[in-house]
Amino acid sequence: MDKTSPPARRPAEPDIAPVPDGTGHFGEFGGLFAPESLMAALEQLAKEYEAARHDPRFRAELDDLLRDYASRPTRVTEAKRFGAEHAGGCRVLLKREDLAHTGSHKINNVLGQVLLTKRMSKTRVIAETGAGQHGVATATACALLGLECAVYMGEEDTRRQALNVSRMRMLGAEVIPVTAGTRTLKDAMNEAFRDWVTTVDYTHYCIGSVGGPHPFPMMVRDFQRIIGVEAREQVLSLTGRLPDAVVACVGGGSNAIGVFHAFIPDGGVRLVGCEAGGDGDAPGRNAATLTYGSTGVLHGMRTYVLQDDEGQTLDTHSISAGLDYPGVGPEHSWLKDTGRAEYRSVSDAEAMEGFAALCRTEGIIPAIESSHALAGAMRVGRELGPEGLILVNLSGRGDKDVATASAWFGV
Amino acid sequence: MSSSAVTTAFAKAAAENRAALVGYLPAGFPDKDTGIKAALAMARAGADVIEVGLPYSDPLMDGPVIADAVYRSLKGGTRVKDVLDTVAAISTAGTAALVMTYWNPVDHYGVAAFARDLASAGGSGLITPDLTPEESGDWPRVSDEHDLDRVYLVAPSSPHARIAAITRLCRGFVYAASLMGITGTRDSVSAGAAGLVARTREHTTLPVAVGLGVSTPEQAHEVAGFADGVIVGSAFVRRLAAAPTPQDGIAAVRELTEALAVGVRRG
Repeated sequence: MDKTSPPARRPAEPDIAPVPDGTGHFGEFGGLFAPESLMAALEQLAKEYEAARHDPRFRAELDDLLRDYASRPTRVTEAKRFGAEHAGGCRVLLKREDLAHTGSHKINNVLGQVLLTKRMSKTRVIAETGAGQHGVATATACALLGLECAVYMGEEDTRRQALNVSRMRMLGAEVIPVTAGTRTLKDAMNEAFRDWVTTVDYTHYCIGSVGGPHPFPMMVRDFQRIIGVEAREQVLSLTGRLPDAVVACVGGGSNAIGVFHAFIPDGGVRLVGCEAGGDGDAPGRNAATLTYGSTGVLHGMRTYVLQDDEGQTLDTHSISAGLDYPGVGPEHSWLKDTGRAEYRSVSDAEAMEGFAALCRTEGIIPAIESSHALAGAMRVGRELGPEGLILVNLSGRGDKDVATASAWFGV
Repeated sequence: MSSSAVTTAFAKAAAENRAALVGYLPAGFPDKDTGIKAALAMARAGADVIEVGLPYSDPLMDGPVIADAVYRSLKGGTRVKDVLDTVAAISTAGTAALVMTYWNPVDHYGVAAFARDLASAGGSGLITPDLTPEESGDWPRVSDEHDLDRVYLVAPSSPHARIAAITRLCRGFVYAASLMGITGTRDSVSAGAAGLVARTREHTTLPVAVGLGVSTPEQAHEVAGFADGVIVGSAFVRRLAAAPTPQDGIAAVRELTEALAVGVRRG
């Protein structure tokens, strides 16, 4: 075997409790709340995915793309100055998903789903996007594999993530600004569902988060769990031990599930999800679903939802478009209620502090989404002190955010 | 099982050799009072069953006409209480009223409490476009306890096994989505609608009503040729939305209902 190009093999990994069940339930969460028009397509998708995951050719094709196209495995970088100066002297390791092709972890899932689209002989892919990272990844994979691509994006987000809109158009995708509701991720998802109901014969809806009706939360998790599988081995070989905490940002929760999942059986490893605390705890001023929400049904799944006293979805606010979502993947709801993971609210201001800290101490410009995880790591690091070891999932890079950050810092 | 107001309405229409006319309006649009008056005008002008839409923040099965209307209704402060008041006004006037709702507002209210309050408002049951038989939980039992109808949807893509499972759970009638898509008017009735109704009838003796994309008396007449009921929604909402005054809107709803009531006659 060519030693310069090792296969992106999956390292030996611990056994994970078999969730979800056959119809997508993580405890009481998840499941399948969808219009009947979509049920046939969802059943087909579940069946094709089940066949594909056991098909060595599918896995080999995906592994090749992940290695040669997406640059996996991504590196783990020790953030020495960041840890010393901002995280209580704690040892901080960054899982560098920002170095994956297209600049975030989103490519992991998209490559899997786009290969499935081909397998189902569908010719068109649609996606919703908030920060644009999932949209860019989808547009990228569609360009690579010759599929038509349309991306729904809230109009507010097209403005604050203009760079990614240009990237998607450059890659040949149609970007459709959504003007309904708060014009953010939730509304983009509504519109993508409406498209899908109408075009399901030839269209695959490539959901970017670990949300939506079954099988999406399970399938997207499976495609993203490579993050944690790699990181667990990397941390072990680098430090000889498991981290005290794994920290990730949570909007819908795909990067967090991706990095958490391989660590779930490691009881001594704290799993810390950092939600968007926005600019306050009042309804409508944040997107911290697991902190302030209650159980409900949204976008095809039972999960925690930010909702009012009559079950109407609340408006949300976050400085990061990618976390600005009133729901969360059902597996996170399950991890919260079982106590296996903990979720914290991180404000806009704290996130921007994390953003600035990483820029100045490590020479890495993080996405504002990932900056919530960095801010969370700063807090956890101070709690753990110099003996601590934290793994942070640096889910994306921040080029797209320089305008927002410049305005925030007044530079 | 006792005979509900919906069952009676379909039986009456069948006895008169016509399809039942089912009209949809969202509660609280353009305001609560006008919405109630429009529904009553619809009932008097020949609608057999009225679907009262419970406005929801994320109506992902609805096209722009209904989505805009429910958005405006919610902005106007419509609450579940207003929906139940609308239902009560219609049922007091002697017309069967069902609530059309996405599942979360019912889930959040509590299924048992919602059933109790709907029944005491005189409502006939629920139409649930995003509730699958698999996730129905307590709803079948609770609705039986309160003698409420359960209307689930079948779609052109539904295989026989699903149609069988869905129709087994239905009470009152079965809602056949004429096409793969969202609510809104279309130029013609989907070619697949008649086949779906026929496939559905292989599994149930309940009436089958066709909705999605039906808006004109001509389309209603065509659908009446193969279905037990004709469901019209967006065409009514559009007229209410376009009217310069509430009175004009109510008149426009009445006129369309009268024309559709002629359309649903067979022969």
